[in-house]
Amino acid sequence: MADPELVRFTIDNGLRVVLAPDPTAPVVGVSVHYDVGFRSEPEGLTGFAHLFEHLMFQGSESLEKLAHFRHVQSSGGTFNGSTHPDYTDYYEVLPSAALERALFLEADRMRAPKLTAENLANQIEVVKEEIRLNVRNRPYGGFPWILLPPVLYSTFANAHDGYGAFEDLEGATLDDCAAFFDTYYSPANAVLTVAGDFEVVNAKTLIQKHFGDVPHRPAPVRPSFAEPLPTTELHGEHEDAHAPLPAIAVGYRMPDPINDLDGYLAYLVLAGVLTDGDGSRLQQRLVHREPLVVDIGAGAGLFGPFEARDPDTFTITAIHPPDVERERVLAALDEVLEELATTPPDEQELKKVTARWAASLHSEHDRLVSRTLALGAFELLYGDASLVHRLADRMSAVTGEAVSAAAKALRPDARAVLVVKPANSEGMDEQ
Amino acid sequence: MTSATHRSAQEIGRTSSGPRPLPELGDQRAATELSHVDTTLSNGLRVLAVRKASVPLVEVRLWIPFAGEDALHSATAEVLAETLITGTAKRDRVEIDAELALIGGDLGAGVDPERLYLNGSALSDGLPTLLDVLGDVLTGATYGEPEVTRERERLIERIAVSRTQPRTIAREALQKQRYGDHPVTREVPQAEDVAVVTPEQVRALHAASVLPRGSVLVIVGDIDPDTVPAELERALGGWASDRSALVLPPLPELTGGNVLLVPRAGAVQSQIRLSAQTVARTHPSYPALQLANLAFGGYFSSRLVENIREDKGYTYGAHSGFEFTGENAVVNVDADTANEVTAAALLETRYELARLGLVPPTAEEVESVRQYAIGSLLTSTSSQSGLAGQLMALATTGLGAEWLQEHPARLAAVTGEQVAEAALEYFAPKRFTGVVVGDAELLAPKLTALGDVTVGSETAD
Repeated sequence: MADPELVRFTIDNGLRVVLAPDPTAPVVGVSVHYDVGFRSEPEGLTGFAHLFEHLMFQGSESLEKLAHFRHVQSSGGTFNGSTHPDYTDYYEVLPSAALERALFLEADRMRAPKLTAENLANQIEVVKEEIRLNVRNRPYGGFPWILLPPVLYSTFANAHDGYGAFEDLEGATLDDCAAFFDTYYSPANAVLTVAGDFEVVNAKTLIQKHFGDVPHRPAPVRPSFAEPLPTTELHGEHEDAHAPLPAIAVGYRMPDPINDLDGYLAYLVLAGVLTDGDGSRLQQRLVHREPLVVDIGAGAGLFGPFEARDPDTFTITAIHPPDVERERVLAALDEVLEELATTPPDEQELKKVTARWAASLHSEHDRLVSRTLALGAFELLYGDASLVHRLADRMSAVTGEAVSAAAKALRPDARAVLVVKPANSEGMDEQ
Repeated sequence: MTSATHRSAQEIGRTSSGPRPLPELGDQRAATELSHVDTTLSNGLRVLAVRKASVPLVEVRLWIPFAGEDALHSATAEVLAETLITGTAKRDRVEIDAELALIGGDLGAGVDPERLYLNGSALSDGLPTLLDVLGDVLTGATYGEPEVTRERERLIERIAVSRTQPRTIAREALQKQRYGDHPVTREVPQAEDVAVVTPEQVRALHAASVLPRGSVLVIVGDIDPDTVPAELERALGGWASDRSALVLPPLPELTGGNVLLVPRAGAVQSQIRLSAQTVARTHPSYPALQLANLAFGGYFSSRLVENIREDKGYTYGAHSGFEFTGENAVVNVDADTANEVTAAALLETRYELARLGLVPPTAEEVESVRQYAIGSLLTSTSSQSGLAGQLMALATTGLGAEWLQEHPARLAAVTGEQVAEAALEYFAPKRFTGVVVGDAELLAPKLTALGDVTVGSETAD
């Protein structure tokens, strides 16, 4: 398939722009990715990057509190934002008539967001409710994305909880917000993406009109988050008051996603070989043949692949019955990896994984919101949005030997094992 | 890490040129017409095939009405859905997975009290294989002893996990509160029922209930819709019966009543779930009702969200939305809140329900929800999977692609008076029933003081 047209340029204040026209439906997606995620938040302020994401919706110089939501939705659009380890994104998807409005809204909050003590206090409460909903009041809440990093990593940046501790959230001040904005939310630290139904010339004019006078500030020097590989098996334990069954998460380090993309892709193919579909190796062995686990999954990244720089995490997670010892699960896992390490998967097995990947990439990019966000994230992290369109071919080129080498690198003495224990399971008691 | 010399929050929020005006909307291009076929196969299966070639994929959705009165129906149906795609006379489980994988495909099944559904997708040149596998499992699923035994165990374990999810607990409580013992309440089977399901029972249920007549199949993607019926006759022609798929008996009409406080000791958050009777998509009031619902709690800029999230910080998310079951339609309102603010959140929710009728949406609110309804329909149907989902929801009540294409015009024609009438008629607080699930010891004093709240007994089951 021919690559769709992509136009990429940088305006004077340093804002990088990606344009991806596509007239098949009369809708348009607009996103801004800022190069700051929860790995960059200051010590003592866990959860701050995400809290700040909430504040960016609370008004700006031209827009009262709530106006952002109303203007997007009353134009027929939807919106959201999300915080990742290495970036924070904001987006709207709207009927194409609302393109200029969306650009105006993003430019206005990039230029002059209204940060107030009242909104900060309100959003601290909203974020605490979000954490109660997604973590504290739910079985396996935060499993494994909050629980595994502190076992596998040792630095604050890599190990801490991106949702944050309540006391840190409560301690956030307006001055912290101002410092964070001035440091990280400069146009030179951001990528603007427009995808969907628009004319390139018109979009360029509108982008200059609305973003052109956002003053330049230098992008911060990005620190390395590198830390040494584990030299032993690391262990962690977590008691879950709501979980009815024990669970296990195994975390491994993987190749640098940016500077060794093909190495990284081999791990994604490995993940497919291990757990994608009934015929995959771990499903076959641990779910159907033995059977030791209720469910098992493998994958790259805390929220999925291609959303973090080095170091990134390869995870295998399983939920298992209480009468199955976790050592048996781990032993079976190591045996399956050992088989792959000695005998590479054949062409047919690779083709199964890569054909499914090709289809899922098509499907993801068929949704305008996902396509817009993928283009922006690849421009930000990889410096090249067009990689999005070449991923399926790069995946298909991964060899059996490369998958075998990846399996060999997942060693028991260089990994983290997190155990989730049901604590006094209320769910079982009620039956 | 952050800069030591930075501007103050006040300085950041101002520029020398001052606030700027919001740009006007440009001209909106309409969505292109959908090339589609809407027909019935010789076996009675209704087929809706739509060309949407944005990516080289195809999406297939099959909906089979699957009601049952038997006490073991829900357990047997769950086991059937879990084992339907684990082997046929021609292919075993691994062969099915391999054939699908090689065409970038997936096929999954699920069940609820109303229907059995199969969702599939593949690279579009793999459609013949996808349909062949689909026909094979519909006519030749074998439900082998080892597959049934193993999936039964997994299901029991999953049910245990599911019943610890606050949203599952709240949903069960709401179903029981509003529909008593009607079969629609049996969404998650009891573990002890699943434990005794045999392969013979599953096979018997398949023979009796997996039927084409009365079922609907939707295909959306990079396809030629005109050739789809013939392809389906070939692939699914052997799937035949004179009987029709079994439709759920009508739901009882909801009347308002007390909210039931369902105790869940030690919960750090409560689930508020309210529900009231409304009308189906085919009713003349539906477009106005849709706009009234959006203004109440159906989108982020709604009165409920602005009140209990953005003004008061009681919740991360509050929503209201329709639930359609056959010809029946209700509106559901839900919010999850911390214990200290649960009663206050229920008070504010009831206040907003009453206010919607008494102080109806302004012209500005109506325009906002109208644009949102039209725009979000454009967005949600701009992907193959979104369009397939929308069409399936319509097809189950006899509607089709025309309804989808005409709906923007219906929304455009709704007047402010019609929204006000729908708000007063359907959103009055006295029409609602519901539950609050949470720590009763902490919640009961304030909730009972609020009134129209009954405290339930400790055991949910």
